[in-house]
Amino acid sequence: MAKSIDVSDLNIYYGDFLAVEGVNIAIPARSVTAFIGPSGCGKSTFLRSLNRMHEVIPGAHVQGKVLIDGEDLYADEMDPVNVRRMVGMVFQRPNPFPTMSIYDNVLAGQKLNSKRMKKSESDAIVERSLRSAGLWAEVKDRLSRPGSGLSGGQQQRLCIARAISVEPEVLLMDEPCSALDPISTSVIEDLIHELKEKYTIVIVTHNMQQAARVSDETAFFNLSGVGKPGKLVESGRTEKIFSNPDEEATEAYIQGRFG
Amino acid sequence: MTTTDPRPQRDRDAEELLSSLRGNTLPLWAPRVVVGIAATVAVLGALSSLGVVRGVLLGWLLTFALPIWSRVVEGPRKATDRLVTLLVYSAFSLALIPLGSIIWTVFSRGLSVMSAEFLTYSMRNVVGEGGGIYHAIMGTLLITGAATVISVPIGLFTAIYIVEYGDGNRVSKGIRFLVDVMTGIPSIVAGLFAYALFVLFFGEGVRMGIGGSVALAVLMIPVVVRSSEEMLKLVPNELREASLALGVPQWRTIAKVVVPTALAGIVTGVTLAIARVIGETAPLLIIAGATDSTNFNLFDGRMATLPVFAYTSIRFPGVPPEFSIDRGWGAALTLLVIVMLLNLVARLVSFFFSPKGER
Repeated sequence: MAKSIDVSDLNIYYGDFLAVEGVNIAIPARSVTAFIGPSGCGKSTFLRSLNRMHEVIPGAHVQGKVLIDGEDLYADEMDPVNVRRMVGMVFQRPNPFPTMSIYDNVLAGQKLNSKRMKKSESDAIVERSLRSAGLWAEVKDRLSRPGSGLSGGQQQRLCIARAISVEPEVLLMDEPCSALDPISTSVIEDLIHELKEKYTIVIVTHNMQQAARVSDETAFFNLSGVGKPGKLVESGRTEKIFSNPDEEATEAYIQGRFG
Repeated sequence: MTTTDPRPQRDRDAEELLSSLRGNTLPLWAPRVVVGIAATVAVLGALSSLGVVRGVLLGWLLTFALPIWSRVVEGPRKATDRLVTLLVYSAFSLALIPLGSIIWTVFSRGLSVMSAEFLTYSMRNVVGEGGGIYHAIMGTLLITGAATVISVPIGLFTAIYIVEYGDGNRVSKGIRFLVDVMTGIPSIVAGLFAYALFVLFFGEGVRMGIGGSVALAVLMIPVVVRSSEEMLKLVPNELREASLALGVPQWRTIAKVVVPTALAGIVTGVTLAIARVIGETAPLLIIAGATDSTNFNLFDGRMATLPVFAYTSIRFPGVPPEFSIDRGWGAALTLLVIVMLLNLVARLVSFFFSPKGER
């Protein structure tokens, strides 16, 4: 059920400002693709354009094509709401809904859309999602407690459980570990390894070791200068990008002698 | 002779450093003693031939001994701190005087008529002693309730448009400007507006409870819009994005995530808006009128309300006047208690409805 993504000649704008220019990349199904690059180079912007969350910001729009299994996300007849059901997202800061319990947070995708379900059915979804997110053992006795009472790492795994409970085809993760300690980070990295059996995962990270540990493919983004748009410099197998990149800039960034 | 100190250089350096960090301070009891002396002088002055006002003023002037003392001992920075602290406390007590005075006057004069009869009887066929304000309590509750029913949907939806959909475009800026203008509408003008509106439909001399509700709604809407707007703005954008990213349409995101998260603040704002308009007299005097009978029908004829009742009881007391004047104070006390209860409810609501969590 996981799907591959093909992006061709994608330009992303905030109003008149061109933020990311000319991206061409193929993201294979059932794999982890990492986006690396300096701050402000458009990784997150590009990631958000993959499930049309980008256009939530007023004035933001794109040119070009994003194909998911051959279907253009930005075709006129596509409904952004349906796109977002197919392409889930985990944000940088854990953001469980403060008014909901842990149980309701996991089922948020269904509950907010007023989907009617039998109790046994929803119980099964909650248990399966929490088990996939590696959180079941920790919270199974306090499912009715508020989600905001969990620790940061647990909240982030709760957000992952919430994202996968609606069974998306693709899971986008925007620096999911940047607000977490190393132990929670490693739990989530293990989780990513397990999730890629079922989902196509795209992850933005500032942590080079993390990109090397979790990803199969890596894409390096860079700015050509201050006020200029961000660009995809190169992409390919993670081993190749980290050991023998084609571009000078990629090597400089990865080895930490940037600029 | 440079030094006779036998201790090693290192210890002496440390001591020098420490003494440069230390400063002279007034003893901890200094403010208490100064304020205590000032208070004693004020009380003695108030009881003596000086009179209350001059005595209290003398006591207050005495408290300035603290910053002066502090300036001599501690230096200018701490003296300024103590001076400003003193001024803040003075301003606070000054602001408490009218509040205390109102509560004292209303309770002392209104309590005497309070009885079960006063709260459960209307003024129908009552001359002189007896009677009650049941009709006015019901009128106030009905008219204010209807005003709330009118203004909460309008105000809340306006706030939702401004925050969630308008987002700084021209329409939302225009609406916000008009809401600000509305905040400044004098209540008598709102009453005249409601009267003019109802005259269009029912002809000259119309008196209806619902007209009062319309007038109060005109006054309430801007308050509801501004308070709901602030509360909606406080909802973190991350929650909206989290919901949208789950494939939830925007209207469901607003109805099920944004508004519930802000609910406590919105309800508090609405309650305070009610408390603000429940005591309005002028518009109700014009459109709702006054009557001695209980009227439960908002759409038919005059309705009595507490503020109008208090006004007419004291303005036109009849003969003998004292019973009517007492009932006026009783109505004022009832109104004050209702407003206090509303504020209490607002507190409880914001306590019980706010998102729970160990954060």
